[in-house]
Amino acid sequence: MSGYRLNSGGRVDRDHPLPFRWDSQALTGLAGDTLASALLANGVSVVGRSFKYHRPRGVTSAGVEEGGAIVTLNAGPWTEPNAKATTVELFKGLEAFGQNAWPSVRFDLGEVNGLFGRFFSAGFYYKTFMGPLRGTRAWMFYEYFIRRAAGMGTASRAADPDDYETAHAFCDVLVIGSGPAGLEAALTAADSGLDVLLVEQDFELGGDLLTGDQLIGDQPAGDWLRTRTAALQAHERIRIMRRTSAFGLYDNCVVGLVERVTDHLPGAPAHLPRQRFWVVRPMRVILASGALERAFCFGDNDRPGVMTASAAAAYIGRYGVAPGHRAVVATNNDSGYRCAALLARNGIATTVLEARAEAGTAGELLQELGVELRLGTAPLQALGRTGLTGVRTARARGAAWHADQQIDCDVLAVSGGWSPVVNLLSHRGVRPVYDATLAAFLPGEIREPIHVCGSAAGIWDAGDCVRSGQSAAITAARALGFDASLVTMPPAGGWPTPIRPLWEVRDEIGGVRGKSFVDPQHDVTSEDVRQAYREGFVSVEHLKRYTTLGMATDQGKVGNVIGLALMAEASGSTIAETGTTTFRPPYTPVALGALAGRSAGSHWRPTRITPMHRWHQRQGARMTEAGLWLRPWYYPRGDEDLEAAYRREMQIVRERVGLVDVSTLGKIAVQGPDAAVFLNRVYVNGFLKLPVGKARYGVMLRDDGVVMDDGTTWRLSDTDYFMTTTTANAAAVLAWLEQLLETRWPDLLVRVTSVTEQWAGFAVAGPRSRQILAALADDIDLSDAGCPFMAVRQGLLQGVACRIARLSFSGELAYEVYVPSGYGEALAEVLWATAGPQGGVLYGTEALGALRIEKGHVAGAELDGRTTLDDLGMGRMASTTKPFIGGVLRHRAGLADPNRPRLVGIVPVEPGQRLRNGALLFADQNVSGHGIGWISSVTYSHECAGHIGLGFIAGGLASWLDRTAVLSDPVRGDRFSVRVVAPCFVDPQGERLYA
Amino acid sequence: MLRIPCPYCGERDHSEFSYGGPADLVYPDIDSEDADAWSEAVYCRDNPRGPQRELWHHLQGCRLWMVVERDTLTHEIAGAQPAQAALKPILRSGS
Repeated sequence: MSGYRLNSGGRVDRDHPLPFRWDSQALTGLAGDTLASALLANGVSVVGRSFKYHRPRGVTSAGVEEGGAIVTLNAGPWTEPNAKATTVELFKGLEAFGQNAWPSVRFDLGEVNGLFGRFFSAGFYYKTFMGPLRGTRAWMFYEYFIRRAAGMGTASRAADPDDYETAHAFCDVLVIGSGPAGLEAALTAADSGLDVLLVEQDFELGGDLLTGDQLIGDQPAGDWLRTRTAALQAHERIRIMRRTSAFGLYDNCVVGLVERVTDHLPGAPAHLPRQRFWVVRPMRVILASGALERAFCFGDNDRPGVMTASAAAAYIGRYGVAPGHRAVVATNNDSGYRCAALLARNGIATTVLEARAEAGTAGELLQELGVELRLGTAPLQALGRTGLTGVRTARARGAAWHADQQIDCDVLAVSGGWSPVVNLLSHRGVRPVYDATLAAFLPGEIREPIHVCGSAAGIWDAGDCVRSGQSAAITAARALGFDASLVTMPPAGGWPTPIRPLWEVRDEIGGVRGKSFVDPQHDVTSEDVRQAYREGFVSVEHLKRYTTLGMATDQGKVGNVIGLALMAEASGSTIAETGTTTFRPPYTPVALGALAGRSAGSHWRPTRITPMHRWHQRQGARMTEAGLWLRPWYYPRGDEDLEAAYRREMQIVRERVGLVDVSTLGKIAVQGPDAAVFLNRVYVNGFLKLPVGKARYGVMLRDDGVVMDDGTTWRLSDTDYFMTTTTANAAAVLAWLEQLLETRWPDLLVRVTSVTEQWAGFAVAGPRSRQILAALADDIDLSDAGCPFMAVRQGLLQGVACRIARLSFSGELAYEVYVPSGYGEALAEVLWATAGPQGGVLYGTEALGALRIEKGHVAGAELDGRTTLDDLGMGRMASTTKPFIGGVLRHRAGLADPNRPRLVGIVPVEPGQRLRNGALLFADQNVSGHGIGWISSVTYSHECAGHIGLGFIAGGLASWLDRTAVLSDPVRGDRFSVRVVAPCFVDPQGERLYA
Repeated sequence: MLRIPCPYCGERDHSEFSYGGPADLVYPDIDSEDADAWSEAVYCRDNPRGPQRELWHHLQGCRLWMVVERDTLTHEIAGAQPAQAALKPILRSGS
């Protein structure tokens, strides 16, 4: 094939040349070109190499169904592999490369794979590596080479440098596709009063009309398109989105679109995203997605120069490019004649191979144009290797084909019939129905607010398509309550001479000359389909998975129907009996970046900061992530690392005083006359008698008896409680309380409100904590008598309303202080101004954790959604006199088993050995399997002069106190003996706590 | 994407909601000690093919718990009502 630009015609702008590079070679195209049309215009015939056999491939279509011209765009981090050259809009400076070939697509050493074709047929890898070589590790050895040899383009390993955006849209009716049906539907719907969104995947409206050779009524397509487009653009109720693909239809009439915003621009403006992912929620959808022309199979039907007839027509009519000098058109239906006429009118010598016994309606016209028409003839084999040089023909005798003559040509345009694009309907579970007369799958029964029109409904005539668009729009308008008089939907079909269904041309002894490709992109041949049948993979779903038919980036848009027909032929059943595969979203590939939109990098989820965040940063805090929150991790002094810093911080808390930000704790206002009753049901321990001015530690279970969360709840008044939850479970606890109140106990008069972000808080911990707070509180008696352990006090702190409770997570004398969050930073300032000169310290989550481990308090690592109260050694907290959530199921035999892993303390037998959480515990040196326990939390302890940990071991302290177990950490290579001790390493009598 | 007609906010994407299980499940009274009844309520679920009444929580919206009628086969949603009976006369069913 050697294409060239025609001197006139087409929609390209000959005054607007665009330089671009193909495989580092400088070429020139025109504005209005695709990469494919520009390559054809430059005489480039080989643009790709096939997946397995590395056969040279050329342009085979003019649209999204392309299986040959698969290329890589751009370079470096912008590399985009597997782009279809037929859909890439040309722009100045575009850079594209051939792929899956070395050293180049014109000369590719991988082509030797083709010589070993019989080894690479369907199931080759399974049979070889799961068969005789199974278990030999041969696959591990060969995989690298096989993956290198077979494959697609190579993606960049660099992070995606582009920005993407997510957007939302609403409309009365979404029209998908802008061919004659879609354009008319959009106008009619808008004229009926509907808000219309019209989307078109191409950069120009018009669909098949862009080829320009049809008549709509008496009007040339170009004129009709011009007037309709102008009317659409002027219409106030129509919004048009070009370069926008509707890739998926989802539940409740939600549609996913991807808009290519800057892909076609040389040097995109920085303020625009590369692509935009749209979620559209229309009331109704009009599907005018068109139809795709398919070829039929014959020997070496993948040679560069073989393309669909509609593609050849589009290159001439739309792009002003002749695909070759000498053309053969092979067809089994009337539509191929359009292509032949266009070729002939542009001075290209053309022969038509008509598979049918009589000529189609346009036969006479072709003869006037000097086109030779051979009836009952079809191509048997394409000739030439890197470019088509001719075609060997076959003549029909009855149902069989007999090898005939040879015709020289450099382009072979094939029309095997049309497949309506029912893919989007398939997303909605609508199974297409095979129409044997039209040799096409038509949309099945649709129960959702979706209307199909145009060739997507199997309507072939352009005038009929226009009427069908009108009809669909009016039906949609009436369904939405608008007044409009019905237009009858034209029936499917429209060719005066019926199609002769034809799937493959084989000669009289049933032989294929060369390779006959069903799915060229994945190198699946008709012989692979028949082999699948012989080996029992008869179901369409098995056929697909065994041969990988339809699993390439084009998802079998063209090949699936042919494969299905060949399977039906092999099995002697009808196509309708053989079935159809399900198309799933996306219709065309979507960049993951587009789906992620702005939710990428650190923005993939929100970041929460406390009111004192910037203050902590000014104090030199290193921050850590705790769920969505950023919290101070440690405050290094000088060149301290984490280890040194937290050890210093925890020591100063124990000796003097420390401040830690606890604003991230979940805080829930539980209010109402029944609040006490409600809390009493939610917590395992009693809350009815909690007096005003007191706080209580509570544990709540799930219905199944497993611990959900813990925290303190403060009684502020008869009907007002302030509940705190763990940072991690704050949202889940609130949702759970709301569920209980609204669905299970609607009679309780209680409101729960999240006040997490309304209050900023510090824990002030250590022997000097009282004097710090006493110096700042205006009107609160903080003496032991005035504010005993677990007391709650409200008052003023330096003139600001505050809530103080004497609570301790560290085991030291300690308080939690909350102020309205707007005063958070002020609270930090005054506390630190007092505590700093007293030798105090700011401490972060690492020291916070270390202190609670020393004290044996449980936290997230222990409350892991699998542990029970008894596992945590808190069984005695549970009330025996009142019911509570989880109170019944926690007694199930499995949960009450005394041999369950239970909370213990762990210390290494050899001082100085370092514990790590996640290590497994074993009864003896026989360390195999999952062990009898694990370590959940570890820290260094000054009090113990070494590492200590909390963990779980089967039977707990009852079986293991002071016994030796074996710690094994196969991942990090630790194995040594540990002693099991009580899980409280500091002040077991609570003397400091009650000081 | 399901579209759920929240009785308070109007029709919204299901991504604003969280699912809360079947709506007509009856949990034992809080003071019931019948372990079988608790087990049944916590673990046993029908898996109907067709219409189902189910609970959804408008987590990223008004925080209302509501009963949604959804067809498990077609995902068609027939309507939604507040889970709390007392709210029903105040919040008309979306449909």
